[in-house]
Amino acid sequence: MNRAVPRFPLAGRGRFNIHKGMVTELGHFALILAFLVACVQAVVPMVGAQKRWPGWMAVAEPAATAQFLLTALSFAALTHAFITSDFSLRVVVQNSHSAKPMLYKISGVWGNHEGSMLLWVLILSLFGALAAWFGGNLPPTLRARVLGVQAMVGVAFFAFILFTSNPFLRMAVPPFDGQDLNPLLQDPGLAFHPPFLYLGYVGLSICFSFAVAALIEGRVDAAWGRWVRPWTLLSWVFLTIGIALGSWWAYYELGWGGFWFWDPVENASFMPWLLAAALLHSAIVVEKREALKSWTVLLAILAFGFSLIGTFIVRSGVLTSVHAFATDPERGVFILGILVFFTGGALTLFAARANVMQAKGVFGIVSRESALVVNNILLAVACFVVFTGTLWPLVAEMLFDRKLSVGAPFFNMAFTPFMVVLGAILPIGAMLSWKRGKPGRVMRQLAPAFVLALAVAGLFWAMQTGRSLLGPIGMFLGTWLIAGSLTDILSRLGKSRDFGRLLRLPRADWGKAVAHAGLGVCMAGIAGLMAWEQEDIRVAQLNEPFTVDRFEIELLGVERVQGPNYISDMGEVAVREEGREIAHLYPEKRTYPVAQMPTTEAAIDYRFLRDVYVVIGDAQQGGGWTMRVYIKPLANWIWAGAILMALGGALSLSDRRFRVAAGARKSAKLRQGVPAE
Amino acid sequence: MRRLIVWLGRSPALLTLAFLLVANLAAAVQPDEMLDDPALEARAREISKGLRCLVCQNENIDDSNASLARDLRLLVRERLVEGDSNEEVVEYLVDRYGEFVLLKPTSGGWNWLLWAAGPILFVLALITAGFYLRGRATATPASEAGLSDEERARLRQILDEQG
Repeated sequence: MNRAVPRFPLAGRGRFNIHKGMVTELGHFALILAFLVACVQAVVPMVGAQKRWPGWMAVAEPAATAQFLLTALSFAALTHAFITSDFSLRVVVQNSHSAKPMLYKISGVWGNHEGSMLLWVLILSLFGALAAWFGGNLPPTLRARVLGVQAMVGVAFFAFILFTSNPFLRMAVPPFDGQDLNPLLQDPGLAFHPPFLYLGYVGLSICFSFAVAALIEGRVDAAWGRWVRPWTLLSWVFLTIGIALGSWWAYYELGWGGFWFWDPVENASFMPWLLAAALLHSAIVVEKREALKSWTVLLAILAFGFSLIGTFIVRSGVLTSVHAFATDPERGVFILGILVFFTGGALTLFAARANVMQAKGVFGIVSRESALVVNNILLAVACFVVFTGTLWPLVAEMLFDRKLSVGAPFFNMAFTPFMVVLGAILPIGAMLSWKRGKPGRVMRQLAPAFVLALAVAGLFWAMQTGRSLLGPIGMFLGTWLIAGSLTDILSRLGKSRDFGRLLRLPRADWGKAVAHAGLGVCMAGIAGLMAWEQEDIRVAQLNEPFTVDRFEIELLGVERVQGPNYISDMGEVAVREEGREIAHLYPEKRTYPVAQMPTTEAAIDYRFLRDVYVVIGDAQQGGGWTMRVYIKPLANWIWAGAILMALGGALSLSDRRFRVAAGARKSAKLRQGVPAE
Repeated sequence: MRRLIVWLGRSPALLTLAFLLVANLAAAVQPDEMLDDPALEARAREISKGLRCLVCQNENIDDSNASLARDLRLLVRERLVEGDSNEEVVEYLVDRYGEFVLLKPTSGGWNWLLWAAGPILFVLALITAGFYLRGRATATPASEAGLSDEERARLRQILDEQG
């Protein structure tokens, strides 16, 4: 691509550098080849599927494998450049430093726009390859079309990287050292946040490809629902982990323990999460009852559409945000083009083909199907609220010439009610039977859980000072969801007392219970933290204890410490409860000389029911240090809940019926000796 | 503020600007800013949480490290000490800095649409779903007619194999 520098700029400096140059060039070349392979994969199998030419359709699988391997090679080459600190590459200079710890040299690969786009296409091609490898049980035409559509998305993003964001661009004059990765990002939690997030976001591409392929085929049936569901689950699990990691990072790293800011970029990952959650529920209805078909296809298109919108928001700089990457209008327009082409094209196709998706299942107004419809409405509307809130400043400025902000207070008010309703009806909906539910019986079964939840909420209402409803409502929902999930599992026993039977329940049932309980844990954690947090800000003198809530805090000393690539003022703080020392904490204030940036490293005493969160600030002229101490009730529950949700998803994913579907592919292969007539 | 730097840090052309900003860094709410009257201080904190730090990315002045945020925090406290009500303090700031300073937009003008968008869609979705569900409840169950010719052939083949 555009290359103004000689092929081996460092060739004169010895053999080692020639070798480095080679690896980088190979990576660049592999990326271009991957682009070309994707072009072939986007056309040949599609034509083959249309004309029913088996040879042409068969191109898809090896092409998907090749595309993945070439992209992986390219990514490995870039990683190699970061590990060996090859400062002839521009991205390495801008985002790395030779003194940086190895973990952050590696995470630096995706800690920048170009490298993270390479990770994006790596995951895109990985999902394409997975669909090729595990898609043996699909009808050949559907499989060819899925891989073809996946490759079309690939073509667009390979072109985007090669033409606007090439990570393999060289420096004409390589500097001696790099400019370092942003110190805030040099953190284990954040090192793995982007890969998980991308695995989720980009994983939704395969659902999109399935939806578009099914529309072209003109067939959406129960089998389609069964094929799409594991991919949705997988993406959703990864998204959950990615979002939780990011939120946890914000909690301990940004210095005051905020865990969610309703920032445009956070919203960009949250919207696909909400839609993926809706999609994995509606796909159940397609699979089991052959209803909600067109809605499910629409959701699959929109879920990936929102991933693209997210990419656009992060990369274009249209919305000024906390962690927007490089703000380049050319890139923004390119991604907008991709977004319009794929979502617009898919929605047009959807409109043209909506009539082929006739619902088959018949069910009563009160049934599991209806409950899942309500679930979908709540999740989709919640996503829409986040969407309008995120884009409103842009709309208001363009249409009404008003410069305004939409921040956390709006989202807390406009978004939360839908989640409260969702939590309130979830245990009932989850226990209704398919086709025709018996609400009376379900209510009787859930009565103990409901009474327990009310009692817990009442207790907290009586215990707290102030009249805020947030805490009691959160405790009610938490208890209701956890106890409701337990009731659901126990109800599977029927009249028998054989608890061994519970272990033999399908994993999907356990997955459902665990994930729903996880949502309860998460809701309780959010409400507890927001309602009952305590804060103390003061100038703390050495060896003068002070009390916060029921804790006694004492600053014992402050020491200057030299880290690998930073200098730190490290405080030593004793935390006592009822005269007994329960923790020794070491909050830090670090300065990174290369990046010229200070960061605060909070010290946290993590406990089941509360965190004690200590931050040290600047030395004061009159002696002493600024200190912030927070008591954060139930903070851990937020991420524990997210982990439970992900675990539930993973359990469900390991369910036998998905493996049965995979096993079916062997027998399908045997029969393929005689191609379908 | 810290988060502004995250963003600036990614865009090297603006790194220099980041250095300048770091130079006059002051951490969020400082002990010396706080009012002696706890009730008044609590009100100041509450107001601060709803006001945007104008030079930051989506941060309220209570959490922000920017020096402008500090000025605004002091201004809020000054007004409170003068005896302003919470609404008057907010109004004072909106007069000076425009509605951009509000993290919770008003519902005036076209903004009602922002606030009503969720509820309106929710009601519409419920109505649509109601019609759909009624349709499902009264439909006649589909039969074998749902199979395509290919599938019917497959079915026959399988049945023959079994027999």
